[in-house]
Amino acid sequence: MLSFNVLVAVCLAYVAALFVVAWWAERRAQAGHLGWLRSPWVYTLSLSIYCTAWTFYGAVGNAARSGLEFVTIYLGPTLVMIGWWALLRKLVRIGRTQRITSVADLISSRYGKSTFLGGLVTVLALVGTTPYIALQLQSVTLSFAVFAPGAGAEGPPDPARLQATALWVAAGLAVFTVVFGTRNLDVNERHHGVVSAIAVEAVVKLFALLAVGVFVVWGLGGGPRAMFDAIEASPIATWEMHGGRWVGLTFLSAAAFVCLPRMFHVLVVENSDERHLATAAWAFPLYLCAMSLFVVPIAVIGLSMLPEGSNPDLFVLTVPLAAGQDGLAMLSFLGGFSSATSMVIVAAIAVSTMVSNHIVMPIWLRVMQGGATVSGDVRDVVLLSRRLSIAGVLCLGYVYYRLSGGGTALAAIGLIAFAGVAQALPALLGGVFWRGATRVGAGLGVSLGFAVWMWTLFLPSFGEGAVIPAAVFENGPFGIGWLRPRALFGIEGMDPMLHAVLWSMILNALGFVLGSLASFPGPMERLQGAEFVNIFRYSSGARGWVPAMVETEDLLMMAQRILGPAEAQRLFQAQARAQGKVGYLPDPTREFLERLERELSGSVGAATAHAMLAQIGGGAAVSVEDLMRVADETAQIMEYSSQLEAKSAELGRTARKLRQANEQLTALSIQKDAFLSQISHELRTPMTSIRAFSEILRDDADLPEAERRRFLNVIHDESQRLTRLLDDLLDLSVLENGQVTLNRQVTTLEAVIDRALDATQARRPRLSVRRDPVRERIAVDTDPDRLAQVFINLISNAEKYCTAADPVLTIAVRREAQGAVVDFIDNGAGIPEAQQTVIFEKFSRLSDTRAAGGAGLGLAICREIMGRLGGAIAYLPGQGGAAFRVTLGDVLAQAAE
Amino acid sequence: MSGGSEPLFLARQTYRRRRLMDAARILPVVGAVLFLLPELWASGEGGASTARGGLYLLAVWILLIVVAAALSHRLSRREPGAPPPPPDRG
Repeated sequence: MLSFNVLVAVCLAYVAALFVVAWWAERRAQAGHLGWLRSPWVYTLSLSIYCTAWTFYGAVGNAARSGLEFVTIYLGPTLVMIGWWALLRKLVRIGRTQRITSVADLISSRYGKSTFLGGLVTVLALVGTTPYIALQLQSVTLSFAVFAPGAGAEGPPDPARLQATALWVAAGLAVFTVVFGTRNLDVNERHHGVVSAIAVEAVVKLFALLAVGVFVVWGLGGGPRAMFDAIEASPIATWEMHGGRWVGLTFLSAAAFVCLPRMFHVLVVENSDERHLATAAWAFPLYLCAMSLFVVPIAVIGLSMLPEGSNPDLFVLTVPLAAGQDGLAMLSFLGGFSSATSMVIVAAIAVSTMVSNHIVMPIWLRVMQGGATVSGDVRDVVLLSRRLSIAGVLCLGYVYYRLSGGGTALAAIGLIAFAGVAQALPALLGGVFWRGATRVGAGLGVSLGFAVWMWTLFLPSFGEGAVIPAAVFENGPFGIGWLRPRALFGIEGMDPMLHAVLWSMILNALGFVLGSLASFPGPMERLQGAEFVNIFRYSSGARGWVPAMVETEDLLMMAQRILGPAEAQRLFQAQARAQGKVGYLPDPTREFLERLERELSGSVGAATAHAMLAQIGGGAAVSVEDLMRVADETAQIMEYSSQLEAKSAELGRTARKLRQANEQLTALSIQKDAFLSQISHELRTPMTSIRAFSEILRDDADLPEAERRRFLNVIHDESQRLTRLLDDLLDLSVLENGQVTLNRQVTTLEAVIDRALDATQARRPRLSVRRDPVRERIAVDTDPDRLAQVFINLISNAEKYCTAADPVLTIAVRREAQGAVVDFIDNGAGIPEAQQTVIFEKFSRLSDTRAAGGAGLGLAICREIMGRLGGAIAYLPGQGGAAFRVTLGDVLAQAAE
Repeated sequence: MSGGSEPLFLARQTYRRRRLMDAARILPVVGAVLFLLPELWASGEGGASTARGGLYLLAVWILLIVVAAALSHRLSRREPGAPPPPPDRG
């Protein structure tokens, strides 16, 4: 028999070896020699923390009690692992892209970074992990007790001594975990030292169990054939299934494999390469298969070898001991010890991370109200909270161990813990595969499942009357029968385990689905939901920082507290230089904030880094709501600015119009002034002559008769000129104001031209006219008086201005598609090109010669008249003399013959 | 009918890879069915033999491990866009 002291010494040596391995791995990782530390095999072995002391010892005990049922605990994880492509791959990708630190972080992050959900899942994990840790303590102390002096067939070992052992084990584990689990605030929460240590432990426990198994089958059982017969002859020869326990436990272990904080930690958080999953997908089931290979033989041999009433949970130890194999027993003890320690270490790290990130830090940040992020040493706070959490978790485990009295069968506690953490499954799966899952649904589902689990499984596990009074078991709370913890809704006779799992999962899933269907997710939830569900489609981080909401100086102060002054200043300076600035204060751009968050999360964890940045960013988190509001404002501003743009364009157009109008007005004003001065001039000249001659006539009484007559003629002529001018002006004014009334009637051009020629007969002594009366027989619907006025004007002009010695006016009429044209072409010098455009203006006279006393209004009047008549008058260049073309619109279809 | 952005016909290699993914997704379902089959004969009156049942479970287990190894090996080898495939792990 091994002495207890030797055992303790070996134990200490083993732990020391673990310390060395962990320390060495940390050193290698720090030096950058990751090498095999990142191999898929280390990853696979690290998953073996699933096989705790419970499975190491408890599986054999379970097999001794209920045969093959123990294997369900391994079948669930096997199915999850070989189905890695569907679920685990997605979880790992999400974990890596979203920098997830725990299962609580995943759920909180998925449902809009909800602090409430994170806290809820953390409490769930804490309550679920506590009995599990108690279980490990119990198994270690029990295994110690096997070797303790005085132990053996004569009664149970001394309880006080067992409790002391448990306390020491808990304390030792706490030290290891604190040293290696919170050694540094590692980037991405990876702990190379711990992972290496648990990989070594995985090898130790597998080797130990296989060694015991091989010894049992070949050493004691007499080979596989004989073993087979021994099993057939054993008390557990018949495999009986009881009412769905097989299915229920397989499901439960599969669910727990994903949801257990420590499993999530090694599966997702510590995963350094997605491709490691591909190896672990088959290698880990192989490991599980090997672990369970010899369980039944060991149980069978133990049942036959050892006396009635021996604890079957310890067969792995007691069988080699009974066979006198002390070395093997020692190995087996180390296997169990390593199973317990690795589980406790990782569970403590995982749960303490959750507690620290989802309970302590939110409270601390709230209490400190932002100022602390700048002034306090956050790094120390985080480390301290981690360490205290680890100690607290282990302490809780110890308390649970003391409370539960260590009496319950190991497997029962393990399953209770499984059922507890499995409550996170609907929220987790729903969050990963269903975009419609909402925070309300997740909160409702987890709360309901948690409550049902507490009521039907966890609290009753302390025993009838311990927490829940025996009367309540009998009659339900307040006499409500359908709420009895062991017979919910009045369904009795079920296996308590199955009963609890069934109801908690059903109500959990129901609450989750109904809550999700009935509620409406916030923008952050929807964004995160899309990110999580479609993680393989777009893998960009959805961090949104609103620049300019933070003061760079505050950021620098905070970063210095966490990263250290030199490192922080280097980072800020580099960033400032990248932005083309001098000094230490870069602009708080989105890129910079994201980079800073990454750097900080390497030290204090992603969630805390996010929260701290958010706090500096103005008290509240820079959430998607903010982003959306900003986007809204931006949209509004854009709309407003486009409206402004439209308005300014309109203003521009108006201004241009105004300028044009102004120019026109100015031009008109100038024109008016010119007109007035012209008209005064035109009026003044005849008036002057009239006044002068009338004065002469008045003052000079003895003027000769001939002279007097001549003067009177001049006065008469000038008055006539005035009258004509005034007539013209009046005419023009009437025409321009559109007040003219046309006297339209059907006539022929011939008639109008005849009339014009007749009217001008007396005034054109020199001018001869050439015309073709036949072609002039075109019927027009016009005002003959007005048209004749135009023609008269043109004929008079030819008479007045034609410079030819023998002036000839050709009147050519031609019918065109749109109407008719009448050309008046003389054989004079014509009009210079520069002046062709102004001849139709008022008072434009080409020469100063006041020949025929025209005031320069004639052509202006002609243009107005033709405009009124629906035609036009234009100068026709290139005809060898002055040529005017009169176009007539209203020509009747057939010529009036 | 589906997605819209995805082509109707895939290249042979892509098609094979898709079916490989399907197989990887179906494998746990097949495994679950095989593991739960004993419920048919072991839950009846008198139960079944533990030894034979154990051998059956072991056989299914090994089969699943082998198939999973084959599938994951091929899936990880042909991951598109991934860095060069990891060295053959025999």
